[in-house]
Formats: sequence, C-alpha cells, structure tokens
Amino acid sequence: MGRKLLLEHINVPGIQTFEVYRQKGGYRAVEKALKSMSPDDVVEEVKKSGLRGRGGAGFPTGMKWSFLAKPEGVPRYLVCNGDESEPGTFKDRYLMTHIPHALIEGMIVSSYALGANTSYIYVRGEMMPQIRILEKAIAEAKAAGFLGKDILGTGYDLELYVQPGGGAYICGEETALLESLEGKRGNPRIKPPFPAVAGLYGCPTVVNNVESIAATVPIVNDGGEEYAKIGIERSTGTKLISASGNINKPGVYEIELGVPVEEFIYSDEYCGGIANGKRLKALVAGGSSVPILPANLISTTIKGEPRLMTYESLADGGFQTGTMMGSGGFIVFDEDQCIVRNTWNFTRFYSHESCGQCSPCREGTGWMENVLYNIETGQGSMEDIDLLWDIQRNIEGNTICPLGDAAAWPVAAAIRHFRDEFEWHITHRDESQQRNYGLAHYADPLEYA
Amino acid sequence: MLSIKENQPVEFSSELFAQFGEIVGRYPEGKQKSALLPILHLVQAEYGWLSTDAMDKVAAYLGIKPIEVYEVATFYTMYFLEPRGKYTLEVCRTGPCCLVGAERIMTHIEKKLGVKENEVTPDGLFSWRGVECLAACGYGPVLQIGPEYTFYENLTEESVDQLIETLRNKAQHEA
Repeated sequence: MGRKLLLEHINVPGIQTFEVYRQKGGYRAVEKALKSMSPDDVVEEVKKSGLRGRGGAGFPTGMKWSFLAKPEGVPRYLVCNGDESEPGTFKDRYLMTHIPHALIEGMIVSSYALGANTSYIYVRGEMMPQIRILEKAIAEAKAAGFLGKDILGTGYDLELYVQPGGGAYICGEETALLESLEGKRGNPRIKPPFPAVAGLYGCPTVVNNVESIAATVPIVNDGGEEYAKIGIERSTGTKLISASGNINKPGVYEIELGVPVEEFIYSDEYCGGIANGKRLKALVAGGSSVPILPANLISTTIKGEPRLMTYESLADGGFQTGTMMGSGGFIVFDEDQCIVRNTWNFTRFYSHESCGQCSPCREGTGWMENVLYNIETGQGSMEDIDLLWDIQRNIEGNTICPLGDAAAWPVAAAIRHFRDEFEWHITHRDESQQRNYGLAHYADPLEYA
Repeated sequence: MLSIKENQPVEFSSELFAQFGEIVGRYPEGKQKSALLPILHLVQAEYGWLSTDAMDKVAAYLGIKPIEVYEVATFYTMYFLEPRGKYTLEVCRTGPCCLVGAERIMTHIEKKLGVKENEVTPDGLFSWRGVECLAACGYGPVLQIGPEYTFYENLTEESVDQLIETLRNKAQHEA
C-alpha cells in the first residue's frame, strides 16, 4: 500500500465535520504555519516539496507562488480552481465531498503564505452540493477561530468565500476563471500580464487547483523535504487519479507517483483490471485533452521500459509515442470501444466549450466535429482524414488559451495511432455503424447519435 | 438581439434581496458585479428560468447594464432562457460516461418521456438534455437535476424509470 497524504482519513466516520477532522490532526498545519513560520518559510517548504500543479499543467506550485508581485498597499488574492471539468477527472469533487476541511485548511495555510486576506474557492456551479459542504466547513472553521479576524491570536485575518460557476469548461483556465469570478463571460485573457501581476480585480493573484492546495497541508506538517522523498525525480508526492471507463473498480485513488501504469490498471488495489473479462484497447491517461495511447504503448514505453505514473514517464516518447499526466483523468477503453466515435465525442465537447474568442478554435473545433461525425456515420472520405490532420495542426498553438491545443491533441493522437480504424469506417460505410473495427463481436449497439 | 421567446414579469421578494445582499458583501467595494453568477443561480432556483424581466431587475440591482447580464446568462450552460419542465434531467453525454452506456440512457429517457431533447412534457413536469462532462466519470452514467443539482449515478434503464416515477409522485403530492 502506498502512503496516503490527502485521503488517509477518508473512511473515518464524520471526517466531513470540523470536530472529527480536528481529532485526526486537522488544522495542525494552520497552527504550525501561523505561529512558528513566516509566510516566506511556507513558500520555501512548498518549493522544496517539488509539488507540481495538480490541475493539469504540472507547473511547480512553489515557483508560481514566488512570482506573486507584492506592491505596497495592494491586496493580493488566492483563488482556488475547483472548476473541475476535464472529461475523465472527478478527484476534486471527491476531495471536496468527503474531506472538505483538507481544502479549507490548505486555503488558510496557502493564503497566509501569499499574504492574502480574502480568498475565493471557485467551484463549478453543477457542484451545488459540494458548494454547500464547503460553506458549512468554512462556517465551522470560522466558529473555531481558524478563519476571520486575528486567527488564533496571531493577528492574521482571512475571509474565505465559495463562488459558483455557471457551467463552462473554459473557466478551468485560470484567466477565464478570474473573468468569471468578476461576473463576466469566461473569455481567457491575453498574457502577459500574468495573474501573479494583474489577476483578480487587477491585483496580484495566485490560482491553484483544489488538490494542489490540499497538498500544502502535509507539506507544512511534515516539511517539503519529506514530501519530496515520495515519488520519482521531478514527480514528487502523491497524486489523486480519477479512474473511469471499462474497468472493474472505477473511482478516485491516491497513488505515490511512480506506480507502474500496468499495476495501476490491473492491481486489485486500484482499477482491478478490465471489466467483463475484455481486453485493453486504449488509454487516455490524463483527461480528454491528452493524447490517447494504444494498448502496445501503455505498459511500456517505445524503448521497452515499464511506463510509470509520473509526469516524465507518461510523457516519454513525446506526442509520437507518449502522452501526459494532465489532471490524472485516467480513462480506460476496452476492445469494444470505437476510437472514431470517442474522438468525435471529445471533439463535440471542445466545440461546445470553445469560448469563441479565437477563430482557429471557434471554427476549427466545430469543423472537426462535423468531419468526425461524417466518418463515424459512414459518410466520410479518405481526404477527410488528411483534412482533420490539417485542421488540428492549424488550431494547435494558434489560440490565446490552451483549449485549442486540448482540442487538437486528441484528434492528432487518434489519427496517429488508429488511422486504420478511421480508414475502415470509410471503406466499410454500412458496417461502421453496425460493429466496431477489427473485432470479432459486437456488444452494444449505439442507438443514440 | 437576444432571442427570447417569452417574458415573465417578476417581483423579487425581500428574502431574495436579502440573499443578494449577503452575496454582494463577499467582494470588495465597487466589485458587486462578481455577485452576478451566484445571483442568477438564486433567481433561476426561484422561478425555474431567467426571463428578460428577471435579468433586467438583476442588472438594476447590481448597477450594471442589462447586456452585461444577458451576455453572462447566454454564455454559461446552466442558465435557462426559456421555461423548462419542473424537473430537467441533465444527462452527461461526454466520453467516459458513453463508455459505460450514457447514450443508451439518453435514448431510454427520450422514449420514456416521449419528448425530444430540450422539449417539455405536456404536463409541464419533465424536460431533459445531454450536457457535457459533469466530473463524475467513475460513477457513470450520471444525471443531475437542478436547482439543488442532486446527482444520480450508475444509471440503468430501471433506475431511470424509478427516478421518473418518484419525481412524478413527488410532484403530485406537492400539487
């Protein structure tokens, strides 16, 4: 069993309440940080920990914090990104539902480190029940003197609020999130200036993912060096993985970074193998945006080395034969799944979620969706595959925010690894809706188009 | 111009205004526009959808232009710009849920309710639609029902039938 830092007490009855969370050692990090550490000490520990942003980009959290501008007399803000919308990812929902005080405690410690006196947790609006849970947790923490004025008599003030979103994937992008928090459409901002200089209300702001913020609690408690002992190389600590798709045990798992991918899929401690005795066909390892891997590149890299659950190993081989850790949205496809249909589905998602600011993304995602739909429904031509390749290539890198890249990569990877399946849809027009490519039997007709 | 099929004049209650005021208090002075998304959720929970009149009154309350409310209400998918059924079943239609049968569930709901996506049943009780990823991929297929956004997970045809039956009974008791 790997070490658990975030979910250690997840099964303790009543851990959602302040009382039980506190009994289990909760809020020690607040006491330690506020009473015996300077804000810069906390930043230093987070730097030493090697913690990398858990929302998807994997940027070192301590370094992000150290970029925060600190002009005199200007408020600074910490905003927690709880907009969790990347298909395949549901770890933040799990954390906020079952152990909300871990996030609240992390918010207090992190706000202290950054010198923020007002902080916001932006949660996607569909998570109304989680918003209520967090609001209750905040009220409990405040009643116990861990929030509000003069926390624990240290002179540090902090108000914490939960902000609901309105249903938009793009608001997971940090500048779109800030626009949304200011009561506007979620259109990403042009950078620079970065939020660290001009963020919420034009003030210096740090935006961190829910899991990153919760991870600051064990980092403060045990020290950054202890945290960095877990994991491999630049992939330190533990990571929440959201496992879904055709597996026996879907759910959220906290792993020590470095677990072999094969073990994660087949071990009973984690996914428990492919459901219904089927074979593994493909894997999306880090949320819908990352390149899909075919079965032969999942357990081992192209060099034949075991593939591990680390930022580096998952990316081994670049986009040609590797993928990305992303947000840890681990989607497993069995032999009955149609890659063309899934690529169309993901592309429809990006088309629906494009904010419309940049024409390559606005027009390109919708165009790809149509072309993919035609191929999937037996109306495609061979030129369509090259057309798709051309469109995705012209979206990638040509947009203000990474949504364009996120829409391009899954299409590119699907064509790169499963081109024969696209071609089969074109050469077997009638059959393409009747059964899946290259497999002897056909299980479950997809009636809904 | 904003394409609104119908309007509905509203008068916000003093309780609702009190809730608005609590929300505005979360932001620095002069930044009350930040309250727009949470306030629109409250208004929709009250009336079931956002009529032009409701949006205009929110604009007046926050001291912003009506267009600033319209552009937000039309951008985000959770806001309804026309009346819906009392219960709107929102089924996740994105990849991971489709791997475990979400498309079959949507087909079933369509047949069961006898209305197409975004239409309302003649009794005014139900509407349904497919929505994008709800961040519950490990528990799919899933659907949610506002305004509380209660979640129903690991759906089967049978559990959907039961849910619809339960909601129908609930509505009858409330009527």
